Amino acid sequence: MRKIIDNVIEAVIFMCGILSIVFVVLIFGFLFKEGFSFFKDFGIIKFITGQFWYPTSDTASFGILPLIIGSVLVTVGACIIAVPIGIMSALYISEIVPKGVRDVLKSLVELMAAIPSIVIGFVGMVTLVPFVRTLFDIPTGLTAFSGSIMLAFMAMPTIVTISEDAIRSVPWQYKEGALALGATEWQTMRRIVLKAAMPGIIAAIMLGIGRVIGETMAVMMITGNSARIPHSIFEPVRTMTAVIASEMGETVSGGIHYRALFAIALVLFIVTFIVNFIADLFLGKNKNK
Amino acid sequence: MIKLNPKLSQKLSYTILFLATVLAVVPVVVIIFIIIKNGASAITWEFLTSMPKDGMRGGGILPAILGTLSIVTCAIAITLPIGVCAAIYLSEYAKNNLLTRIVKLAIVNLAGVPSVVYGLFGLAIFVMFLKLGVSIIAGALTLSIMELPVIITTSRSALNSVPYSFREASLSLGVSRWQTVRYIVLPNAIPGILTGAILSISRISGETATILFTAAAFSVPHLPHSVLDQVMTLPYHLYIISTQIPNMPENVIFGTALVLLLMVLTMSFVAIVTRIYFRKRRKW
Repeated sequence: MRKIIDNVIEAVIFMCGILSIVFVVLIFGFLFKEGFSFFKDFGIIKFITGQFWYPTSDTASFGILPLIIGSVLVTVGACIIAVPIGIMSALYISEIVPKGVRDVLKSLVELMAAIPSIVIGFVGMVTLVPFVRTLFDIPTGLTAFSGSIMLAFMAMPTIVTISEDAIRSVPWQYKEGALALGATEWQTMRRIVLKAAMPGIIAAIMLGIGRVIGETMAVMMITGNSARIPHSIFEPVRTMTAVIASEMGETVSGGIHYRALFAIALVLFIVTFIVNFIADLFLGKNKNK
Repeated sequence: MIKLNPKLSQKLSYTILFLATVLAVVPVVVIIFIIIKNGASAITWEFLTSMPKDGMRGGGILPAILGTLSIVTCAIAITLPIGVCAAIYLSEYAKNNLLTRIVKLAIVNLAGVPSVVYGLFGLAIFVMFLKLGVSIIAGALTLSIMELPVIITTSRSALNSVPYSFREASLSLGVSRWQTVRYIVLPNAIPGILTGAILSISRISGETATILFTAAAFSVPHLPHSVLDQVMTLPYHLYIISTQIPNMPENVIFGTALVLLLMVLTMSFVAIVTRIYFRKRRKW
């Protein structure tokens, strides 16, 4: 009897184990089904390279180039801010401060990840946006630049925590060796520790990028939501995620606009899959050491 | 370029690293400070326990609080058992073969899918295909899939932290594999699993994009009474009143943000305390 119960339970455990695969397949399947039927109607090349996103006009146009540029612009902007700051503070937190202070600083950085993105978006909207507008004297503060700053803050916890783990897992013998040769602590950090921790740091950056690309609410509230190709970072943009979130409510289920949004989700799904896959490769590399 | 003396360059670099750390830490403190300062005045007993009035501009946010609580409760009730079982499979049963590698890849992939894509998926499968409509249960199911990789990962590391010798001792006494997991491994991993679960609750409480098309309603005149009801939720309510409604009194928006923030931070805090408490009592 006990044997039978054991077997039943183990079968359930096995099924839960492979459920993740089922979900990935289901998500891809549902996105692909709607997306593919959209590509048949509109054309995949026209979709990716089209310069105009006019989903509701009489001759509707579903070019997502402006949205891709919007997403890339805020992502690159956020990385330029968050990557150097994140890596430097990871170095500082793991190598320079005493243990007590380290725990406090780490918790503070992680606290940022706990704040809902809608709250961050709202605070950005009432503080950062007017600040950017007056600082650069531009017609609106709802720009790609403001979005980049906000997203940089949001990617910071990911980048700092994972880089910090990588830096701390560098074997102490490496450091001792360098110090014994007369290198200063800073030289050791820069030339030895940073190099040895590089796979982990790259993984941290990739995961940060993944977080930024997928971010929706804060971006929607801060970047101004204008689906035109911007000329500079001080203009409003619209990202792929924001388009889905703000337009899904207005579409007719099964209509071409509805399916176009699924096609965008499919693009996002594939992009984040690649980014996270690369991050995972680098994380695995770090562990093998 | 001038070649700096190594000592001096070290000092200079440390200062720069320090400033970077300040930049990384200050925003979170500033955000929390701004919300508390502007929102504290709005928080009254009435605000927490009454229905909204005057097109959301007055009254309270009770339906939004209850809506969030009901979605989150349903979601965690679905995802926790599945996630823990999946973690048990991976850490106790799975062999190092192709299937296991695919499962792990699937988990990595699920963890990276943007929340708005989950929302769209939830709309397609739960709301439309399974005809659950925009409802608590559709939102909860969507959130539970989104949270699954997080629960699996935290539970797995909790299970892995139980020393291998515990399992060997039990197995050598002739106890079956499942009995070993059930009576030896799982009880010792509960604190870690619990911490992960509380952190997940905190994370999904603030989630907006996922429930945008699967559960959330602009305004519902009554409190939720069935899992097939549409509900107001705190994050969505905050989104509505901060972007869609003109002439919204600012302290009501900040007050709503503060309630959401307190809810989320309290749970993170509870999780951290749980972790510290059990770590101290751990016998190995």
